[in-house]
Formats: sequence, structure tokens, C-alpha cells
Amino acid sequence: MAIEHHDYDVLVLGSGGSGLRAAVAAAEAGAKTGLVCKSLLGKAHTVMAEGGLAASLGNVDPRDNWETHFQDTMFGGKYLNNWRMAELHAKEAPDRARELEHWGAVFDRTPDRKMSQRAFGGHTYKRLVHIGDRTGLEMIRTMQDKAVHSDIDIFMETTITKLIKDGDRVTGCFGFRRASGEQISFSSKALVVATGGSGRIYKITSNSQDCTGDGYALAYEAGAELVDMEFIQFHPTGMVYPPGVAGLLVTEAVRGEGGILRNAEGERFMERYDPKRMELSTRDVVARSIYTEVKEGRGTPHGGAYLDVSHLDSDYVRRKLPSMYDQFLELAGVDITKEPMQVGPTCHYFMGGVKVDPDTGETRVPGLYATGEASGGMNGANRLGGNSLGDLLVFGRRAGIGAAADANKISSAPLPAEELAAAQGEVDTYLNGPGTENPFQMHKDLQKIMGDGAGIFRDKEGLTEAISLLESLESRVDNLKSPSARLEYNPGWQLCREVKNMLTVSLMIARGALMREESRGGHSRLDFTAYSDYWAENNIVVHSNGGYDMALTPTPVFKRDELSELVEARKESEKAS
Amino acid sequence: MSETMAAGGTRTLQIWRGDLTSGELVDYTLETEPGMVVLDAVLEIQRSQAPDLAVRWNCKAAKCGSCSAEVNGKPRLMCKTRLDHLPADEPITVEPMRAFPIIQDLVTDVSWNYEVNKKIIPFTPREDLPEGDYLIDQADTDRMSEFRKCIECFMCQDVCHILRDQRMHNKYYGPRFMVRLASLDMHPLDGIDRIDQIADDAGIGLCNITKCCTEVCPEGIHITDNAIIPLKERVVDARHDPILKIFKRNNTRPGKKKPEASA
Repeated sequence: MAIEHHDYDVLVLGSGGSGLRAAVAAAEAGAKTGLVCKSLLGKAHTVMAEGGLAASLGNVDPRDNWETHFQDTMFGGKYLNNWRMAELHAKEAPDRARELEHWGAVFDRTPDRKMSQRAFGGHTYKRLVHIGDRTGLEMIRTMQDKAVHSDIDIFMETTITKLIKDGDRVTGCFGFRRASGEQISFSSKALVVATGGSGRIYKITSNSQDCTGDGYALAYEAGAELVDMEFIQFHPTGMVYPPGVAGLLVTEAVRGEGGILRNAEGERFMERYDPKRMELSTRDVVARSIYTEVKEGRGTPHGGAYLDVSHLDSDYVRRKLPSMYDQFLELAGVDITKEPMQVGPTCHYFMGGVKVDPDTGETRVPGLYATGEASGGMNGANRLGGNSLGDLLVFGRRAGIGAAADANKISSAPLPAEELAAAQGEVDTYLNGPGTENPFQMHKDLQKIMGDGAGIFRDKEGLTEAISLLESLESRVDNLKSPSARLEYNPGWQLCREVKNMLTVSLMIARGALMREESRGGHSRLDFTAYSDYWAENNIVVHSNGGYDMALTPTPVFKRDELSELVEARKESEKAS
Repeated sequence: MSETMAAGGTRTLQIWRGDLTSGELVDYTLETEPGMVVLDAVLEIQRSQAPDLAVRWNCKAAKCGSCSAEVNGKPRLMCKTRLDHLPADEPITVEPMRAFPIIQDLVTDVSWNYEVNKKIIPFTPREDLPEGDYLIDQADTDRMSEFRKCIECFMCQDVCHILRDQRMHNKYYGPRFMVRLASLDMHPLDGIDRIDQIADDAGIGLCNITKCCTEVCPEGIHITDNAIIPLKERVVDARHDPILKIFKRNNTRPGKKKPEASA
């Protein structure tokens, strides 16, 4: 049966910030560009980014510069970052912020009418360009409008289930349209994975339902390497009540604007964990602190910490944090200008991702690129707030340019018929095969395994158990079947492949977490609570040995001599303080 | 007025099931938890009772505007509507947005909105801007920001009489895009004279200011008062100002130029 087919120079998977920026860059470089997104355009997870975009413009504090931003990023990442990525990010974020404004983005202003910048955890100076607490929406909408006027073909509500290779090279992909269930294939000279993270492997997450690690799994299956998958950012402040909204993000801007954390006994407990930075310590520290307070019996009635802005002027709170005000009033019945919020850690961001060339986003698989949260390296062991929005602009653009340059050099390659047939067979099996496993149930099982064994705190026993349970899902995954055989907008069908992807991602995380016998950033081991000198110098790189058999290799951190002075200077100043 | 429930309990949802050809309300009963929103209930029904129930959702945080539906007859974001804020003594009806073609169950085809958006020329800086940083007042930012809060849930389009009842999709862009045009027209550095598009293609004159759109906006945007009425005034100023007419002056506003080709 003939299926819908399209040919592109550059095909981008994912329409969040990094995907949109990559597509715009590729189109500007002259590539015939397609953009495939699992949801409607403009709905990607980037819309939920609240606090801001870190860029050392120096509009509010003229002392700021790229060197300090670089140092902050490295310190926040516990020095496991790819140095080159942290450098490029710090150097280029200001231009990317200005460029967005030139495309029509509207940000809050300073008194002298420039882009304003706010304080955020781990940033030395006031650095985050923002608009209220909906900066991500502003960026998405701006780039969305830029993209639709950039001669880019957009395929909405289209799910990609397989990258197709011709020999060593990725030459396209296969999937289906959600609304009709019709199959679709794409040829690409260069394909950019910009599919974001995989927060849905946990029950308590700030991530939207699209975040199922599709890009990690598809790239892994295509032979790419992934890096730092054990590092997961649990955002310190998610809603804990009511149950239906547990995990929903409470922006760090609440603390940036002066919010105070207290335990049930009224203590400002951050004094015990990071007296210097207090509420604006890095996210890993604040998340662990709240978790510890609750575990030791000083939690709020709903099992979190109090986060209070009621001492601030109420008009100011409503102007600077409007969506937080609405969110708590509507969903929890709490007026944050009068009473404290209750908050606790929620899975928020994946530091790890597909290993890429810092300058171009190229993976080790020819024809395959990755960017944004789908790629790894920039953020090391822990991401600073505000660095993801900078990351997706800087590296989205670079991946788009890199992919277009690659595409200009080669001619289109065919999609091998047997590869295509295998991809078709897989989705058909989920719909009409003999399977008996319910994807909704398996998703729930997987979330429980990850929450129990590979959550914010980990140990050998729990991780070993989690890995064993995940391995027991491996055989069940091939037996997944949608409860309904309907083609049109069938949620169970969609979920089958997503569960498979999430299982791959979960195995990478749990195995990496077991290997890394130390605590660092977004990886905390109860049985190895200190930093290890060995692991301070090594990232864990994972690739497939076939199926779920993974090779995990400690690999030295990517450094650059010319940046050593900056890194050493920061390490010294941290020791001194 | 019915009492609202303080906590969970058993609730019945009547969910519209069907496609473009036919459909009906189907009853589902479930145990609810305190603080549950309509989307929680719909997803729980999908997980445990009706795995083929089609529903579009994404962020579940009232930020993406995907899960728009008509709840008890009124357009709402399912993720932002608490069950215990709805009358406890009657079933909750959940239906798709009626102004758009049905794809399946609660999912509608909203692609027309994306076609309209393509016709709107994006922000284009004025040609007379000095080099260097853009300088913009916070007051201008606040004015535009209200419009840019829009999460494109399309519920304003759903209730707009011009679209829903009169089906004049070829003559009127709808409130969502009046908001978008307002955000562009009120950008102090935008260099496009958008009056012709606002008046002719977008059809602003068709709006008869019933404010239904404003009432359903989950972001609280004052669509009618702050976007549509000021745009209507701008059209009148540009086209019917008697002083300009007397002097036969070009009515293109300072710093703005007419679009090169009509969109």
C-alpha cells in the first residue's frame, strides 16, 4: 500500500523551542525544511517555561559578562558540563535574546527601556530576560510565527515511531498522523531530533504528556550515543496539593522575586543547607533540602514545604507572578498574596541526552542531529534555571545550520523498503497484533518502578531492583497492544510506542545511576553521599549493543585549555567561601 | 444554586462520543479525589473504562490551551475546571467545541485557525529604528503582554457568533486573531500599516461587541474592550477622519508602511 511520503533537505522532529529554532535556521540556510510535531503547533512543553532566559546582557547589572555566565553554568553543572557547549551558550545567548526581540518577542523592561533581567538560582548577577512568568510561551509564539512565515512545511499531530537508515546513515523516518491514523514517511538529508525530555517516566512531573523521551529512544535505536542520562533535575517546587495537580510547576521566579521557604515548624530551613545562597541555591540542593525536611517529619500537612510571598506587596506579586497567582487560586484555593503555598520536588528536566558535536549538533550517526533537551552535555550534572531557554536558542540554531550545511553536500538517499516495512509492521502490531499488554497499565507500572527505585534519592539496592523490574518489562513491551483498533485519534495506539520509548530511557537512567557511585547534581546516592574524584572527571556515555543491551562507558569530560583559567578560578573562589 | 462539594465522591460524567457523522452523550461514573479537575476525570475514564476515548491535552497546567471543551455547555479548559466547582447534584456534561468540525469524541479540527494565522504579517521592525537595543516602555509592554498571554485555546473562536452561528469563516478572523492583530498594531516598533487587513480581510466590522469571547477567555484577556474596540477605533480614525479627508492627506501612520503584497 502506498503511503504519504515527503522529501526534505532538513527534517526537524519536535516543535518546542529548539525544534522551531532549528527549523528557522535550516530554512534561512536555504534548506527545504519540514517540521514534524506530535501535538498542535505552539503546544510544546516549552510553553510551560516560566522564569526566563539566561543571557549576560548586563542590562540590569553591568558587571555581567559571558565569562561569569560560563562559570556559573559550570559550577551549577558540578563541572561535568561539556565545556565547549557551556562556552558557546554563555557567549551566544545575548545575541539570541536580542534576535527574538527583533522577531517580535515582548519582554519586561528596565527603567531605561531595555530588556529587564531577574535574579535566579545559581546566577551571580540578575540575568534572566523574562515576561512575567510566561517567558516560554512568549518564545514559542514568537518562533512559531517566525517559522510559519519561513517557508517551512509543518506536520501537526504526527507521531514518528522509527528513524530509517540506509546503511550507516539516517535517511528519513516513519510514523503516523494522529487524527486519521494514516501512515507517513519522510526522506531527509539531515534529521534533527528536538523532541525534548522524558518526564512522563515519573508520576510526579512538571512535564507535559508529550515528554516521553521519543528522541532519546529513536536516536539510541539508530546507533547514537547518549550522555549523562542519570542526571535528572527534580525541580524543588512543584504543587503537592490537590492530588490531581501534584507535580505542577511553581516557577523559581517565586523565589527569584523574594519567596521564602519554611518547614512546618516555621524554620527557614535553607540556612542549614546553603546559608550563602538560601532559597536561590541551585535546584538540586533546594530539592534535596525540601525532600529531607519532609522525610525527617517537618513537612507541611500535604507533604511539602511552605513557600511564602505574602510578605511582598500584593500588587507586585500579581504583576510579576500572574500565572502562579491564578494557578493557586483556581486549583488549590490558595491566595498566594495572603497565605503560603505548599511545594515539593517534581521531575522537571533531563540534563542528559543525545551526545552531539557542540558546534553543529551532529551525532555520531551520519545524517542525525540533536538539540535542546533532547541533546546532552551543556548542563552537566545540574541545570541552572534559565539555561534551558538559552540552550534551545543557541543550540537549536546551531543544529539547524549544521544540518543544512550537511544537507547541501549530499543528495537524497532512498528509504530501504525492508526498513520501512519493519516500521510499518511495528505500528500495525500495536493496532492489530496478538498482544495482550495494556499500554496504560504498563505506563503506570513503569512510573511506579522509576519513582520507587530511581527517583530523587537512589541506592544500590533500589536501583538493582528497579533495573530488574524494568528488564521484566522488556519482554512485555513487544506484547503491547492498543485496547482499541480504531485508526482515528487512538490514545492507546500512540501510547504503545511511547511506553517502549520510556522503557529504553528508564533503563539508561537506572543503569547509569547504578554505575555512578557518588552524589552529584541531579544524582543523589544514599550509599555514596560524597563527590568522587574519579566521577568528577567522567561522564557516562551509553549506546546500544542491540535491543535493550546497553554499553555504558565512563568517558572523560570534554574540556578546553583556553577555559581552564576560568574554571579553576571559580573552583578556588568556591573553596575560599 | 447547588452546593459545591468540598471533597471527592462519586460523580457521573456525560461525555460526547462520536465522529463527524454521528455521536451521543455516554454516561461514565467514577470515584473522584479532592481537587480533581475535569481532565483528571476524563483521563481516568480513558484509563479504566474507555481506552479509545479521544481527548486532546498536553500540559495539564492551563498553559498550552489544548484541552478546550464545552463543560456543562460552557467552553472551558478541562485542566483548569475543578469538579467540585460544578453543581454536585447533576451529571457533568463534556462535549467538543461546537464551532469546529469533529475529528473524534472531544477532539476537533482547529486547523482553520492556523490558516488564518498565516495570513497575518509577523512583526516587522520600522525602517527608521536607530541602531542598538530596542527601547520600549514598560507601559507598551504591559499593553501588548495582555494580548500575548493568549494560549490559543480557541474557546473565543468557539463562542463567537460570527463564526459559530453565522459561519462566516471566510469574512472574519475571529477574536483570537483580533487579539493577535492588536498585539502587533500596538507594538511601538512595528512598521506595518495593518489597517487594511484589520478592516477588510479580518473583518473587524462584523464584531457586534457581545463580549462572549471575553467571558470565556481563560487568560482573562479583555478581548472586546482592549483589543477589538480600540482596533475598530483605529480603523475609523484612519479611514474616516474628516480633517484628513479635507486635506486629502495620505492616511498611512508615521513610521508604518503598507504591506507589500496583500496577504
